[in-house]
Amino acid sequence: MKYKPRDTNGAVVKGAGSNLTLMDDQHPLEPLVMISKLKKLFPITGGVFRSTKSYIHAVDGINLNIQRGESLALVGESGSGKTTVGKLLVRLLEPTQGEIHINIRGGQTDIAHLSGSELQHFRRHVQMIFQDPYESLNPRQTVFDTVAEPLAVQKLGSLIERESSVRELLNLVGLAPADRFMFRYPHELSGGQRQRVAIARALIVDPTFIVADEPTSMLDVSIRTGIMKLMQDLADRLGVTYLYITHDLAVARYMSNRLAVMYMGKIVEMGETEAVLQRPLHPYTKALLSAVPVPNPRAKREPPEIEGSIARPIDPKPICRFYDRCPLRAEVCEQNPHPPMEEKSPGRVVACYRV
Amino acid sequence: MNEPILEVNDLTMHYITRAGPVRAVEQVTFSIEKGDSMGLVGESGCGKTSVAATMMRLLPENGQILGGSINLGGKDLLQLNEEQMRAARWEKIAMVFQAAMNALNPVYKVGDQILEAMQTHDRVKSQPETRQYIASLFELVGLEPKMLDRYPHEYSGGMRQRAVIAMALSCQPDLIIADEPTTALDVIVQDNLLREMKALQQRLGMSMIYISHDIAVIAEVSDRIGVMYAGRLVELADAQEIFEHPLHPYTFGLMSAFPSIVGPKRELTTLPGEPPDLVNPPTGCRFHPRCPFATEICVEQVPEFRPLVDDHFVACHHPLETADEV
Repeated sequence: MKYKPRDTNGAVVKGAGSNLTLMDDQHPLEPLVMISKLKKLFPITGGVFRSTKSYIHAVDGINLNIQRGESLALVGESGSGKTTVGKLLVRLLEPTQGEIHINIRGGQTDIAHLSGSELQHFRRHVQMIFQDPYESLNPRQTVFDTVAEPLAVQKLGSLIERESSVRELLNLVGLAPADRFMFRYPHELSGGQRQRVAIARALIVDPTFIVADEPTSMLDVSIRTGIMKLMQDLADRLGVTYLYITHDLAVARYMSNRLAVMYMGKIVEMGETEAVLQRPLHPYTKALLSAVPVPNPRAKREPPEIEGSIARPIDPKPICRFYDRCPLRAEVCEQNPHPPMEEKSPGRVVACYRV
Repeated sequence: MNEPILEVNDLTMHYITRAGPVRAVEQVTFSIEKGDSMGLVGESGCGKTSVAATMMRLLPENGQILGGSINLGGKDLLQLNEEQMRAARWEKIAMVFQAAMNALNPVYKVGDQILEAMQTHDRVKSQPETRQYIASLFELVGLEPKMLDRYPHEYSGGMRQRAVIAMALSCQPDLIIADEPTTALDVIVQDNLLREMKALQQRLGMSMIYISHDIAVIAEVSDRIGVMYAGRLVELADAQEIFEHPLHPYTFGLMSAFPSIVGPKRELTTLPGEPPDLVNPPTGCRFHPRCPFATEICVEQVPEFRPLVDDHFVACHHPLETADEV
């Protein structure tokens, strides 16, 4: 098994390392992941018989396409549902409703309710990188065992082939020379090195799509840039598609070409990253952006126009989820269901009646 | 120049471990003027929280203060005995901890906990009067007085952090140390809290030390900024000055590695390597293995922490704006 760059259609590109443009005319955008009306409710139980009293609407009917080769950032505050979306996409959770179509190997599959061997087969194509490299690695497994485990689970390659694959990948993620790291345990590695191991483990099955949930938020600044660059570099070289989940808009700016903002289980705005950051349209996106501290003492920011904090979406009212905190709220918002996503300018969709 | 409220001189503190002493705080020197705020920034393990714990004299058993002085309002905290120090804590110097949840006792009402802290310091003349006072503190930090009779679990993360700040204010200390006060909070709550802390500090004329790994947060609230690396303070200057003319290569590296949502999207730089193990720190300048400008002298000699321009201090043999001449 070799890790060869692929073009946007998934075919292997000749001449590795060349400047690969991922979305050019020859390869028009093609959705890799198509999510429609996705919902995940978590029951809240209580009382003597632990009966279900109400539901947390963690993900509340979202529609989202992810193009092959792109990096889409999903941003939001804690409790917005962004991590639940990530877990649904790699099927660590099963959706309550809705469809998740993934285009792999020429065929389109709805993975929303896969199980057993089908689910295992699907996991070859979709991998997840977790936030905490101190908890996501088994402390009793060597780096080799950790990275090679997905191959063993998928029954791919002989031991010798696995060893050479692991060696190749460790070099690729910057743990070189690989022999120095192969037989170490997680406690012998620093945080940055651990996250590199986690990335190598995600890449070993040669996935098409990676969900990265806050992969750099536990790392120090001087280490973080290295991991961010590694992930970008891998996207360019291997043609991996990312869903990058983060609460940090500045990190999202560097890690994505498109950005989706979540609030209480809903996507409220989506568009090209730079465009959204320069000219946010949804009042929540505006507030979020104006609250981000700026590393420049001269910069004077206006306070965000909203106060309070995000509520838990326990059986939310059917109107706009942002209504209670919105500076633009009006009658139309109170009398209608949560606004649909509408294209307000090319490539920019916003869920708001007042924009 | 105002009178300094706090002067820390040559402070050294090591943690004694089986592997040998961890040199967490090494010859740290700085001062703060009355009413000013200072930001202490650095990565995890650089010693910034250890500096705070040393100043509060809240060290674990293996933490040994090996030298230096901490002069607060004319008294050296390191010369106080345990009893005197207990009195000084909260009254002279208070701390807002990173994990507000752990700083509050879950089984007591928040108001009672603050009352108890004040009782310990003989600050309570009459209960009703003191409750009135605590209620006014709550209003000051943006909490409704009815929250006094609630338990910590009834508070949101932002509210808990406010309650801990109210507690720190309760004995009217000269200096408050806030250790990552907003790290666990979402960005809108963080913004709100930082604005209020800043306003409060200016209104009450308090001196503050903010500790954070986030240079953007530090930039927002600090008059002066100190940068720590591997147990040493490597640079100290006015906030604007240090951002516009960083002298230490580490400061420069830290700032260029930090992404921002405003301004042009510039290339982020990566600092090679990782922070050192403080049991066996590098000789000479502790940053030399990662420094692009390091020469022989950096390996051999610890650079002196000295003012280079006005009150811009740096500990570097080849400070940046003069690096061309090397």
